[in-house]
Amino acid sequence: MISCSEAVEQLWEYLEQELDEVRRGQIEEHLAFCRRCCGELEFARELRGFLADAARPRLPSDVEGRLTSFLDEIEGQNVEGVEGE
Amino acid sequence: MVQVQLAEGRAGRTMTQPGFGEAARPHLGWLYSLARRLIGDPDTAEDVVQKALLKACRSFDEVRDLDALPAWLKRILVNCCRDHWRSEGRGFDETSMEDMEGPSLYRILAVEDPLPYSDSLHLDFLSTFTTEDVWAVLARLKTIYRVPLVLVHMEGYSTAEVADLLDTPRNTILSRLHRGRKRFETELWDYAQERGLLRDLEGATS
Repeated sequence: MISCSEAVEQLWEYLEQELDEVRRGQIEEHLAFCRRCCGELEFARELRGFLADAARPRLPSDVEGRLTSFLDEIEGQNVEGVEGE
Repeated sequence: MVQVQLAEGRAGRTMTQPGFGEAARPHLGWLYSLARRLIGDPDTAEDVVQKALLKACRSFDEVRDLDALPAWLKRILVNCCRDHWRSEGRGFDETSMEDMEGPSLYRILAVEDPLPYSDSLHLDFLSTFTTEDVWAVLARLKTIYRVPLVLVHMEGYSTAEVADLLDTPRNTILSRLHRGRKRFETELWDYAQERGLLRDLEGATS
């Protein structure tokens, strides 16, 4: 039987399904009787959702304008380079 | 602003295929968003996106199938991020990793009990963080920890895909991810204390 600290160390990997069958079995065996580690597992699940739900940084309109102008500029130079050959 | 020095690429595409500008424009939003998450600072992120666009424009002839454009642009962007980290002396190829001893955030919250009137302590703790707070906490992490965390848990990549994208062994990615999660938990707690987030919440729940 693995200890609480060994179980907690692997909870994120468990949720990500990154553990092999043996270690997955050890975690599940531990979780079956350890209420505290079930709490740890639930919180690890919440934290994963917390990270995944953090909004994506938006593209501000001024940055979009600059990047669009930049695209026009580099494409124009490319075409000129070809036409000038 | 990235200085455009010379145009080395050739626009050797047929008239039916879009030019680079037209093809790349719909991807500006997610390119910038990914750069912000990986780099942190908005100005530097914009600069890195420009460098990536310049590189991509010069070798756009390599792209035969426009469906492959997003993955191709993403790889170029990540490479430009790596160039930036190297130039800052914060290489992603760094091999030394810290030992991350100490209790989990779940245990810290249970022991410290910062919100004695709360009957959902752990969820209430997370609810104190705005999106800007999450970015600020992520920005505190070392690059080698932040990048796998962002790519796996925020962008939805598998660890195998991240290993391929960063040209780094998968075991190294797994190890950095593990340490990154622990560091992220510790930094959440430190940040909440420094910014007084818990004090504000305690007032609201008591």
